Amino acid sequence: MFARAVWLILRKDLRVEVRSGEIAYTTLFFAVSCVLIFAFALVREGRAPEDGAAGLLWIAIAFAGTLALGRTFERERQSETLRALLMAPTARPAVYLGKLLGIVALLTGVEVILVPLVAFLFEASALLGHPVWLAAILVAGTVGFASVGTLFAAMLIRARSRDVLLPVLLYPVIVPVMIAAVRGTSVLLQPEVDDQVASFWLALLAAFDVVFVTLALWTFEPVMTD
Amino acid sequence: MTTDFDHVAVDDVSRHFGRRRAVSKVSFVVRAGTILGLLGPNGAGKSTMLAMLATLLRPTAGTIRFGALDPRADGAALRSRIGVLGHDLFLYPELTALENLAFFASLYQQPNAPAVASGALTRAGLSDRAHDPVQSFSRGMRQRVALERALIHNPRLALLDEPFTGLDDASTAALVARLRALRDSGAIVILATHDLELAEGLIDQAVFLREGRVASTMARPERLRSAYRDVMGQS
Repeated sequence: MFARAVWLILRKDLRVEVRSGEIAYTTLFFAVSCVLIFAFALVREGRAPEDGAAGLLWIAIAFAGTLALGRTFERERQSETLRALLMAPTARPAVYLGKLLGIVALLTGVEVILVPLVAFLFEASALLGHPVWLAAILVAGTVGFASVGTLFAAMLIRARSRDVLLPVLLYPVIVPVMIAAVRGTSVLLQPEVDDQVASFWLALLAAFDVVFVTLALWTFEPVMTD
Repeated sequence: MTTDFDHVAVDDVSRHFGRRRAVSKVSFVVRAGTILGLLGPNGAGKSTMLAMLATLLRPTAGTIRFGALDPRADGAALRSRIGVLGHDLFLYPELTALENLAFFASLYQQPNAPAVASGALTRAGLSDRAHDPVQSFSRGMRQRVALERALIHNPRLALLDEPFTGLDDASTAALVARLRALRDSGAIVILATHDLELAEGLIDQAVFLREGRVASTMARPERLRSAYRDVMGQS
């Protein structure tokens, strides 16, 4: 039943999003605006700062992801539907996992548009030359970011200043994930990709994912009940 | 393990939020086939009590037992036997009435969820609006869908917070009939309400709450309004 509940919640989130488009459009607009502003500020005479693309890509993902996290849980708060999900006769971590996968799916969709844009504006077409490595690093980094973000956004659902508190609490915790994701992406910008170095950063991201998802699954029920 | 229970026992339960005591040392027992009214003014602790009965909040002190079941140990199994209708309606406005009910029927492991949802919409008198998004419904219509959502899995314990809000006379009469049918089927119904007129003649047992404490309890309450005035008037 656990897997079925996860699937039901994920499918429901995607259906609501397809119908409203609210979070996808705002998140994408914000991420694209973010990249464009950096491009106008940093690209001089057609020359982008060396290796800057990796950092800017992850900054845009983190900022847009924070917006998506806030809006996703705001939607559950407005009609108190999160309570209804917590009342379901399944282990409560299934609710967490369903919401996490929904956010990862949403951010992955945003990244599909963001990566070519960054590659174009920051002369980082090398990124697109290693699609498997890039996809693995993007997915691992996004899961690491969203795993902590989903837990914090759920915890803060009743806090009055949740929009301010979410980034304040989230960013310090995800610094290791962001560093590994940026360094892993930077490796792909080199003329010759060093597979060993890329594997190292990907393994580190995967380790963070395992730790963060395990901790979140373990703590979700107590923090949501108290 | 059986997930059924024939009574709910609230024993010396308190719930604090920081320094504020929302519920303080509340005790009562309610048996199968009973409608219990939690009555009291705003801020009396009714919604907090319902949230603890729904296992959404843990008591700060005291215990709530559902027959032999313990919410800490039997959480998921217990929740499969509880239905909750809250102040807010627990519905997704972007989804249609049918999609909402089918989603919750699936979540509650009902076989053939779309058929169950369709039947629930017929009971709510909203079959012709099944494919309309809930956000296009009036408050009363949403309340009827929300009630069906709460009862879609035939719960043993139904917890209803102000269930008559926004209902017209016909819908109110239908809800009263539905609650009586639930009671007659052996379910336990606990409802928090201000509407003493509707509660009178419906509830079998009353628990009067004031400032988070039990001010009085009554079995087979009659002349509820004057009893309420007497109880709440005491300092």
